[in-house]
Amino acid sequence: MTADSRFILKFEDCHDDCVALVGGKSTGLGSMIRAGVPVPPGFSVTTHAYRAMLGDGGLEREIAEILEGADSDDVDGLDAISEKIGSRIIDRPMPPEVETAIRAGYKDLVSLCSGRHESGTGDYDLPVAVRSSATAEDLPNASFAGQQDTFLWVVGIEDVLTHVKRCWASLYTARAIAYRMERGYAHEKVYMSVCIQKMVNARSAGVMFTLNPINGDRSKVAIDASWGLGESVASGEVTPDNYLVDKIAMKIARKTVSSKAIEYRAIPSERRVALIEITDERREAPCLSDDEILVLSRLARNVEAHHQRPQDLEWAIDADLEPPNNVLLLQSRPETVWSDQDRTQVSEASNSTMDYIVANLLTGVRLRPGDPESAERGGVR
Amino acid sequence: MTDTRFPNPFDVPTPEGCEGWEDLYPYYYLFSEERRELEESKFWFFDGMHHPEVLYPFDTITSESWWVALGEMNSRVYIVPPALGIDHRVLNGRLYISANAITDEAVVGARVAHFMERAGYYYEHWDELYAKWQDKARETIEELKAVEIKPLPEMEDIEVVHSGRGLTSAYDLLVAYNRVVENMHKIWHLHFEFLNLGYAAYLTYFGFCKQLFPDIPDQVVAQMVAGIDVLLFRPDAELKKLAKKAVELGVGDAIRDEPDPDAVISVLEQSDAGQRWIAELEKAKDPWFYFSTGSGFYHHHKTWINDQTFPFSGIADYIRKIEAGESIERPLDDVIAERDRLSTEYASLLDGDDLKNFNEQLGLARTVFPFIEDHNFYVEHWHHAVFWNKMREFGQIFVDAGFFEEVDDMFYLHRFEVEAALYDLIASWGVGTAARGPGYWPKEVARRKVLFAKLAEWQPLPALGEPPEVVTEPFTIMLWGITTDSIQNWLGIDAAEGADYDLSGFAGSPGTVEGVARVILNADELSDVQEGEILVCPITNPSWGPVFSKIAAAVTDIGGMMSHASIVCREYGVPAVVGTGFATQRIKTGQRLLVNGAEGTVKILE
Repeated sequence: MTADSRFILKFEDCHDDCVALVGGKSTGLGSMIRAGVPVPPGFSVTTHAYRAMLGDGGLEREIAEILEGADSDDVDGLDAISEKIGSRIIDRPMPPEVETAIRAGYKDLVSLCSGRHESGTGDYDLPVAVRSSATAEDLPNASFAGQQDTFLWVVGIEDVLTHVKRCWASLYTARAIAYRMERGYAHEKVYMSVCIQKMVNARSAGVMFTLNPINGDRSKVAIDASWGLGESVASGEVTPDNYLVDKIAMKIARKTVSSKAIEYRAIPSERRVALIEITDERREAPCLSDDEILVLSRLARNVEAHHQRPQDLEWAIDADLEPPNNVLLLQSRPETVWSDQDRTQVSEASNSTMDYIVANLLTGVRLRPGDPESAERGGVR
Repeated sequence: MTDTRFPNPFDVPTPEGCEGWEDLYPYYYLFSEERRELEESKFWFFDGMHHPEVLYPFDTITSESWWVALGEMNSRVYIVPPALGIDHRVLNGRLYISANAITDEAVVGARVAHFMERAGYYYEHWDELYAKWQDKARETIEELKAVEIKPLPEMEDIEVVHSGRGLTSAYDLLVAYNRVVENMHKIWHLHFEFLNLGYAAYLTYFGFCKQLFPDIPDQVVAQMVAGIDVLLFRPDAELKKLAKKAVELGVGDAIRDEPDPDAVISVLEQSDAGQRWIAELEKAKDPWFYFSTGSGFYHHHKTWINDQTFPFSGIADYIRKIEAGESIERPLDDVIAERDRLSTEYASLLDGDDLKNFNEQLGLARTVFPFIEDHNFYVEHWHHAVFWNKMREFGQIFVDAGFFEEVDDMFYLHRFEVEAALYDLIASWGVGTAARGPGYWPKEVARRKVLFAKLAEWQPLPALGEPPEVVTEPFTIMLWGITTDSIQNWLGIDAAEGADYDLSGFAGSPGTVEGVARVILNADELSDVQEGEILVCPITNPSWGPVFSKIAAAVTDIGGMMSHASIVCREYGVPAVVGTGFATQRIKTGQRLLVNGAEGTVKILE
């Protein structure tokens, strides 16, 4: 095992048996990537790194000493203990091999992102999300729900290193200490891994259903898409483009391009998302290419097949990544409106094929140009 | 939006120099005062699909044949509830057609039971009746081939006396002419014995798919029934076989490097291998070279059997491909595999009655489809190739008698005039005095040729009269693709402003291709088409087979999703946009185009 792979693991290498090493979040991402579901790229700082930090220079012993006599009911006491341990972790330098590994991991992540350049200081301006994930060696199923910290807009390696330490320190928040004491978990048997994931810099984003939400037709994928981050679509602040794809034939069945007045965009230098008015030609232009529509539709079909039921998905096209790796799935949940009911039959029970032929001949095609009731059939597009 | 109706046929001016064009056609073809009220009330559209060129007077026989046969099968045989036939008129030499709908609901209702019984019988016994049909079609062609057209002798053979025949060559000639004409009508009756029913079944399945899976692309619906190895592709398959055989026998060079078929044959005759190849060629010819490079509707459409330049250049192209190590096989297995994948996956989304009905309707559509795809070879290709040659035998007799300068001059007379000329000829032969023909027809034909050339300059209006609210005639929908969109297009209502394309039509065959345009107005220019070009033409023909393996995409003026171009392009895996209306007018050879066969759009890039 090289130093790098001991202390960091790319998501795609986070296999299911690595839960104790990298936590549930990263193994979840790893299994999605291996199932062909593209997620924002990143890596996990393993519990080995955490343990190397604690083992280095006797930090572990210092923490144990500080924790002696802690009382889970003494809120003020726990706060003081937490603060003390936190500053010990933050103030102590990382073991050099751990720091080297995290630097390399971040640099690798940056190199995936063509749009991100080295800044004047030799650092990189790629924003990442840094999340903690506690694991207990002997208690793989222990839940530390609600105790995970997430830091958004972490930009540059120095910032990343600081936030990894903050994640480690978060294992000793007053609440976390009390939680373990109440359940009888040994403090020294609980470790911290840290998940570092690229923040989505969406050029276009939106939601999609693996069926047509208008009529429940399961041969379709329906995509709502707009410029920038997906918030504008989710909140209904824009009328998104709507694309309907036949997912069996994998052909675009219908495109409705809307006028899209605003977008949410990431401003890395200000570490925030800004609402921006779209004033250029993008306003009226489709926010997805035909290829992207089809890539998304194939993704929708795979995710639906994986879960074996219709899905409601959030996705983004990341401006920093190169195609075809720029299409990202952000969220997937079961579709509930149509999936939970029986198909409505189109057929009238007793109709034979001859009845259909006669009915079809009798209906014909309405032809008057501009007639809003034009029912298009036959050779009609 | 501009006007919602097309010019009144009575208001369309006669182009300068075309005065008197009406005399070229039988009286019943003309818009006339006697039927003015009726004719003004109808919507007529230009049948550029079957009759894109000025109708030669004699060639109206093809239009006449389907005028009658299509109509009577709808109106008198199967009693299609809301549809009678399709009416024909000629205006400025161009064929305009109009579907006859029945609008009285009581009448329509009364026809339903008859239709159920009659059409139901055909659907139920389709395979058996279609097998019988194939025999009838072959017999009809054999009958045509068997008609003997013999010149009039100076003196009847002694056998006429010894056998006590009592009939003469003049009588035989008159009978032969009528036999050939009758035979034409016969084959067209057969043509429509199944076609209307086939289309009705297909359209029903199509509509049901659209109900089950709203927005399912048209071509996907078609893909689920296509892919059966159709006769129309056999001639091209024979060329491939001959190309392989030539390479195998080591005579590929001789065929590849010499464009003149006669020269190739005389070289090949010199060697054993060459003679073996010629034997293979002869085997393939009957019937597969009875194949028109046009639609077969006009006498001048070249057939492979008359002019082997086209099949030989096809063979030469295939030899080059084989030598370059390219595959010349059509991706038929892929087409079939994809067809089955699609139908299985769509069916898997259904249950209950929908599943049952989908399977039944798909099953019926697949049953009727071989006829829809194959009838064209029997009738327009095989039969008509024989028919036009038979008529030329009469032309030769007239040339020999001084009626015409060239054999094909006969086609400037309509069929009743030919019969009249024939009477003129046999009467003069019988009586022993001069016929009027030699003094009359050469001048008249010369006049008609001038008139004809003038008519050819006229740009036909896409339609006449007011579009109806409803079209129920299956052909109009399926074959001509008469829709809200196409009518708007014809009315000059441009594609939505800012649209990212210059022409729109039907998505005939999927795929997106950028390439250089080659505008082809008739089959004779086909040899100009270069590898990788985009073919732009009024309408394509299945017999252009070898061209389809050369081109990057096809764009046509006319056609719907079941038109020949669409079918062939889907089979060859070549993107196609059909029924654009104006492609050959808007696009010039050499322009770069972006053809999107899935969207049905064409963009002119430069």
